[in-house]
Amino acid sequence: MNVIEFSQVWKSFHRAAEQQLLRHYIVDLFDGADSNPFYALKDITFKIGEGECVGVVGSNGAGKSTLLSLVTGLAPPNRGEVKVKGRVAALLELGAGFHPDLTGRENVILNASLMGFKRKEAMNLYEPIVDFAEMADFMDEPLRTYSSGMKLRLGFAVAINLNPDVLIIDEILAVGDQAFQAKCTEKILEIKKAGKTILCVSHNGSTIQSLCDRALWLDHGQLMMDGRSSEVVPAYEGRRAASHA
Amino acid sequence: MWKGDYIFFLESMVMKDFKIRYRNMSLGVFWSLLNPLILMAVMTFVFTVLTPNNTIQYFPLFVLCGLVPYNFFSVAWNSGTVSITNNAGLIKRVPVPREVVPISTVLAACIHLLIQIGLLLAVTLVYGRGINWNWLYLPVVWALAVVFVCGIVLVTSALDVYIRDIRYVVESFVTVLFWSVPIFYYPSAEISQRFSYVFDYNPITALIFALRSILIDGHAPPFSLLAKFALVSFGMFGIGWFVFGRLKSRFFDYL
Repeated sequence: MNVIEFSQVWKSFHRAAEQQLLRHYIVDLFDGADSNPFYALKDITFKIGEGECVGVVGSNGAGKSTLLSLVTGLAPPNRGEVKVKGRVAALLELGAGFHPDLTGRENVILNASLMGFKRKEAMNLYEPIVDFAEMADFMDEPLRTYSSGMKLRLGFAVAINLNPDVLIIDEILAVGDQAFQAKCTEKILEIKKAGKTILCVSHNGSTIQSLCDRALWLDHGQLMMDGRSSEVVPAYEGRRAASHA
Repeated sequence: MWKGDYIFFLESMVMKDFKIRYRNMSLGVFWSLLNPLILMAVMTFVFTVLTPNNTIQYFPLFVLCGLVPYNFFSVAWNSGTVSITNNAGLIKRVPVPREVVPISTVLAACIHLLIQIGLLLAVTLVYGRGINWNWLYLPVVWALAVVFVCGIVLVTSALDVYIRDIRYVVESFVTVLFWSVPIFYYPSAEISQRFSYVFDYNPITALIFALRSILIDGHAPPFSLLAKFALVSFGMFGIGWFVFGRLKSRFFDYL
């Protein structure tokens, strides 16, 4: 069964290079047409099956983040179709909606509600989340007193405990100290073993090669290669080395 | 795409707004009472002591029946209009249902409104205008007002994403509204006929008239007023839902 399916997907971004008249603006808004588009993704087609662990490599501006925003449903494609089944947890949303004046506890509940937890799940998972983040002593303090590492740890703990069908990882394995990073990697491997689908994005080939079996290589919005990560990553890195030389 | 719990999310957003507003204030919710009380006192002083030429009975109560609705409209509309742009971090990172963001802002304003309604009812009792069966209309007219504000906020919050000037347009409009709805005056029959387009289908005016007839006169609001009020409120909500639905898919690109 395919969990993620992209068929001939195009995604453009609006360029605000020219000053537009209000009239044009309003017409544009309602037709959804764009007079001066910039394509971040061009004619992308691929399928990801249940339980696959797929890496996406590409240099800056290749379209990796745009691809993720389509998978998570943040933005619709301009052309083509995107299908995603099940609950998606993206580890790029760490701490979305966190507010400095709320306590750690209030932030965890708020964050859980917007990540898509049901009320009961949020209440049941509260203790495991706090334990995972190792922050039980600070939960009644306002978030503004936390260090940035603590905030990330808390955000990561919520996201990883969502029990998703699809997990999206966006170069975040740099959360917390080494011990915490090891814990995160362990948790991700556990999710992978449980047969969940994982999509991992990085411009660092070795991370992808160690975690994923399959890889997609994006370059300037085009899908250059789709295959085993042991073949795609060297090709991507060879190309990058060549362009630097 | 988002498969969460709408009610839980809405409630979390409302509580967030409410808690943030009061957390760092030593007087807390008392501020919700102080502002209308001060304005009520000032207006009563101006219109009964400085220019004592009006014949309106129970003037402080009369003014408060105008101030409480106006305050609610002004706070809810202004804060609702900027709610999407202010929550850009949320909109760009989580595929939450977008409608919930402006609506939760309006509902958070309703919590202040409840406190102010409490004040209004207390002042009514102080003036000896006791409880009567027509008080049962109060939840109806307030609910219509909330529906109307949700509708108009859906329109302006979505437009504000594309054209950031909208917030200033709304601000100016709210200022004009202070004078164009009968907060501290009573339009004579002749005037209200001449400017009927300003008064008839204006939901804020409808709410003020309804409150005065229920609380001060002890009468049920006229049916024609309720009918127009309901028509405008649900019509506005329908328009808001449609416009927001058309515009929301590109919020991500414009924020």
